[in-house]
Amino acid sequence: MRRLLLSLSIVAGAMAQSPVDFSKDVEPIFKRSCLGCHGPAVQTNGLRFDDGVAALKGGYSGPVIVPGRAAESEIIRRVLSDKSAIVMPPTGPRLSNDEVARLQAWINAGAVWPKSTRAAAKRRGASHWAFQPIQRPAGSVDSFVLARLKAETLPPSSRATKSQLIRRLKLDLIGLPPTAEEVAAFVADPRPDAYERLVDTYLASPHYGEKWARQWLDLARYADSDGYEKDQVRPHAWRYRQWVINALNADMPFDQFTIEQIAGDLLPNATTDQKVATGFHRNVLVNREAGVDRAEARFEQIINRTNTVTTTWLGLTAGCAQCHDHKFDPISQKEYYQLFALFNGADDVDLDAPLNGEMGPYLRALPAYRQQRQALLDEYKIPALLFSWEDKMRETWANPGKDPEFDFWVTSMSAMFDHAKRIVHTPFAKRSQREQDRLFTYFVNNPGPQFKNNKELGEKFKELRTKLQKLDSEFPALTQAYTIAAHPDSPVTKIAVRGDYKNLGIAVEPGTLSILPPMQEPGRLGFARWLVAKDNPLTARVIVNRYWQEFFGRGLVKTSEDIGTQGEKPSHPELLDHLAASFMDGSWSVKKLHREIVTSATYQQSSKFRPDVAEKDSDNMLLARQSRLRLSAEQIRDAALYAGDILDLEVGGKSIKPPLPKGVAELGYGNSVKWAESAGKDRYRRGLYIHYQRTTPYPLLVNFDAPDSNVSCSRRRPSNTPLQALNLLNDPVFLEAAQALAARTAYSPARLQNMFEIVIGRTPSESEKQSLARYLDKQLTILKAEGRSPAEAWTGVARVLLNTDEFINRN
Amino acid sequence: MEQLNSARRRQFLKHWAYGFGSMALGDLLVKDGYAASPSPLAPKAPHFKGKAKSVIFLFMEGGPSQMDLFDPKPALMKYHGKPVPTEFTKDLKLAFTKPNAAALGSPRVFRPCGQSGMMMSDYIPHMHDLADDICLVRSMHTEAINHHPGQLFLFTGSVQFGRPTMGAWSVYGLGSESQNLPGFVVLSSGVGTSGGASNFMSGFLPSTYQGTQFRSGGEPILYLSNPEGISSATQRAGLDAIKELNESHLADVGDPEIAARIQSYELAYRMQTSAPELLDFSKESKETLDLYGIGKEPTNQYATNALLARRMVERGVRFVLMMDASWDTHTNLNSALKKKTDATDQPVAALLKDLKQRGLLDETLVVWGGEFGRTPISEIRNTSDPENAGRDHHPSGYSMWLAGGGIKGGQVIGETDELGFTITKDKVEVHDLQATILHCLGFDHLKLTYRHMGREFRLTDVHGNVVKAMLA
Repeated sequence: MRRLLLSLSIVAGAMAQSPVDFSKDVEPIFKRSCLGCHGPAVQTNGLRFDDGVAALKGGYSGPVIVPGRAAESEIIRRVLSDKSAIVMPPTGPRLSNDEVARLQAWINAGAVWPKSTRAAAKRRGASHWAFQPIQRPAGSVDSFVLARLKAETLPPSSRATKSQLIRRLKLDLIGLPPTAEEVAAFVADPRPDAYERLVDTYLASPHYGEKWARQWLDLARYADSDGYEKDQVRPHAWRYRQWVINALNADMPFDQFTIEQIAGDLLPNATTDQKVATGFHRNVLVNREAGVDRAEARFEQIINRTNTVTTTWLGLTAGCAQCHDHKFDPISQKEYYQLFALFNGADDVDLDAPLNGEMGPYLRALPAYRQQRQALLDEYKIPALLFSWEDKMRETWANPGKDPEFDFWVTSMSAMFDHAKRIVHTPFAKRSQREQDRLFTYFVNNPGPQFKNNKELGEKFKELRTKLQKLDSEFPALTQAYTIAAHPDSPVTKIAVRGDYKNLGIAVEPGTLSILPPMQEPGRLGFARWLVAKDNPLTARVIVNRYWQEFFGRGLVKTSEDIGTQGEKPSHPELLDHLAASFMDGSWSVKKLHREIVTSATYQQSSKFRPDVAEKDSDNMLLARQSRLRLSAEQIRDAALYAGDILDLEVGGKSIKPPLPKGVAELGYGNSVKWAESAGKDRYRRGLYIHYQRTTPYPLLVNFDAPDSNVSCSRRRPSNTPLQALNLLNDPVFLEAAQALAARTAYSPARLQNMFEIVIGRTPSESEKQSLARYLDKQLTILKAEGRSPAEAWTGVARVLLNTDEFINRN
Repeated sequence: MEQLNSARRRQFLKHWAYGFGSMALGDLLVKDGYAASPSPLAPKAPHFKGKAKSVIFLFMEGGPSQMDLFDPKPALMKYHGKPVPTEFTKDLKLAFTKPNAAALGSPRVFRPCGQSGMMMSDYIPHMHDLADDICLVRSMHTEAINHHPGQLFLFTGSVQFGRPTMGAWSVYGLGSESQNLPGFVVLSSGVGTSGGASNFMSGFLPSTYQGTQFRSGGEPILYLSNPEGISSATQRAGLDAIKELNESHLADVGDPEIAARIQSYELAYRMQTSAPELLDFSKESKETLDLYGIGKEPTNQYATNALLARRMVERGVRFVLMMDASWDTHTNLNSALKKKTDATDQPVAALLKDLKQRGLLDETLVVWGGEFGRTPISEIRNTSDPENAGRDHHPSGYSMWLAGGGIKGGQVIGETDELGFTITKDKVEVHDLQATILHCLGFDHLKLTYRHMGREFRLTDVHGNVVKAMLA
């Protein structure tokens, strides 16, 4: 305080003197004490003092200089502060009293900045390769790979055997191993284009979409539950998965695939399916713990959406800029919140998304259903009860702290019931039918403290719940979808200073990164189109790189989630651009791209390990051979069931719950996770359809490195653990597959060889046959001693084969 | 296509045949823990010699009430049933309760314990004898006020998903001393926790480092037992055949990854045979079983886990996380809390005593606490029942304790104000606790990092200071 008084008196003195000379009295202060953090190279908190316009505009927290009012200017408060967390400059000598006085006098005199001294903005990482336009170098996959190998004097590998090729190709394109018959037919096929024919067959298979959906769902952090403590089931999440499978099977151009997921709801005359595509964003986690601050929860969700989109399409780690300008990549905190604003402007909307054949039965049953429902509600006088209940809820919202019991009630309703406050405050006549229905249902299930002492009424509610459940279970309801739409309130986005949602700075408009070409249209739809604009240097590179990764185990840029300055450099930059350019020029056809890759000689090389490659290129970055790749968790289960011929191949539909060992679901919060085992053939559907409960995932998925689906995952990383061995050895599903395999080959003349061919996809060598025959003998002796049936020895053979390394890898 | 085929013939050279021979396998292995190394869990040296070799984390999920156990607030009784002066509550942000709620005095009786005179309540009588062994922290502070974010923050240093947990970091840094058991084991009691699997996930670290759940009833590790109808002779014969086929394939294609798989099957088999021995308490003396409270209620479940934890660290397990659910006493504080302490007080005290008498406490770090504490003011969810009052989540000034390897016992760190709202001395942030735990294991928390998404990550995010006062 004394210092303040002192400086004020100095100010008064200074003001009486001649006007301040900016370049002599003020600019040197900025130059010496401020520009290090608020200058051309770095603009901490968005603030810079090397340019008048920018300096007067201020930073992310707002203006810091108020012309004519030094006392109200943040900059003066900062240079005078005694608090170490506030004072500026934070390090180095403080401003002298005289310097403070000059600064104050200059501000009080109107803060005139005579001429722009601003240096051209230097953006970090602006010269980084990934931000440069995509080139169109002439060549092919093989020519680029060979040129590089030649330069390194590393010869390529020979072509893989035909049995290896068909197994590799089928697993890579549709996720299933070939049958023994398919292998035999391909090996015997003398036609020169036999391989290419196979490629076309697999690209046209309805299982192609299933295989490639998995990669996309990893990025989209798809799950069948909310996550966090409550981890409520999302019974309709699969509708989005269905959309992805269909789009991939139809070879929907990737630009359209992008636009529909980012902003399908905003397309002119958007179809239901286009809206369903925005379910991408609804895969975000929802924290329904009752005590959660809704504003904070929403903030976290939009952060997650922003980060997911930038990782998935742009291959950038924008998340750093939530709290501060990105330290390495050209992403300012302001730009981050411009991206954030795109999603802040959207609201969650659940809608009817009927599949083929659903509409007729629904419409026929609807009038009777509505009438019966209303009759039930009326019979139990629900409308009147709800009316008074709503009054109490509104009163509680308006007077927090008055009645703790009701405070708790509205808090938990807000957490469990999306848009609760908004709907309860919407006049009855203006509510949609869906909103009103949801409110009735919520009320009937959670009547709340108002009626807690009325035992009779409690019984009535129970009765009604049972009746409504029965009515609902008989009604052919439409499939629902979780989507987004423009937010009715168009909320303003403000920068969260230091990433803190409570500490809001200046407002920003939706937008993107200035290092990249500008958006041609505003808003989320404009952003979606911008992502796939021909002059966007990132998206096509990121996408083709990730596809490459699936075929070779490693992207041309290894860090497929990050092609920014901190990511790895591309091993073959020209090949990457060639693929990106031809992807865009080929009308964004994913199937065409896949065809180009798998028909290359590079792809068809043997994966046999080579010491010379290991020595020179331990990561196999130069592609002197193919890589041996681990099958995904889902594929391992699929392949085992397929070997037993018990895999159900139906495409699409709801999630399934195969048998779960005891103690897994029990890990869920308060024993709330219910796992009702699927019956019949649903138990044997592909792994893609296994219900993903975020807090208690299916053990096979965890053991074999499937992502946790909380954040976007750009590449799975295979591990090699004893738990995997236990899983394959002892999980009943693999025993069942082994038994089925033994049963289906019971009448095979060369049973041992036949089983080997089914599981491994090639003819066994003599020594392998001998190993298995020795095992079979030993096993028969054991079974005899144990008094068990000798037939079980064949189940043993099947178990051995399903546990080999070769079975869970592709060569 | 014919053109491409001929180009392929021309350009791609003939078969390159290599035998696997006597190549030095180890040299060829990928270093970063992803799969290829035969054992990414092999013991590794830390940055300096840590005093603790293992950690047992006694996680009391939900937020234990510090002012009813470790931090007496007699002044609170003055305001019992009345709102407290606003100067105490002005910056208060709570999950459910409004700041104007009435104070809730604690009816607990506290007494000074041990030479240090550390105050403990009558709900934890067994711990009274151990006051001189534990370092009590009364000034814990966290960033989260809800369970799942709070648990993420405690175990991963961030309220956002995707980071590795403390146990995963420990095993990543130190490997495991055990050849037959996982390096990071999770034991649960009660119902499931809010955090579930995210309390022991490996995040962006290889999944090798994630916690393995051990169940005290039924099958201790998932899929540990042979499936029905498969005898151990059959299992062994099968494993031998698998090994033969894998070795033959290794000789053919030469991928060292196959060697790692062969090893993982051997480890799996050793786990199958050694886990039952671990679970077999028949060689424990009656005194030991009685000390823990095994075989009697309400202690049996927690006591079994506590004794298992001791047996695990004896066998070289690096990190044991014991998750005990339901310390979230929003309602019926007195009875709900008593239920928890009755079930755990004796086993926890027994664990410390047992480790001590076996000379294991010096090399085992034991940590006790929840994801946050509880409020001095009351939460009432049923206005008609006065016994119903409980306490809401409180992120500031809650209590935890540490004991054993590297920790100086018999002392209290930090203070809270007279009503227990704020920290008045020596605030310990969760990141500081994490830095201190890593320090006890021999790590500089700034240097135990993993590169992900273009930068180095660590357990303590960009914060954390070792609390030197805690150290022996």
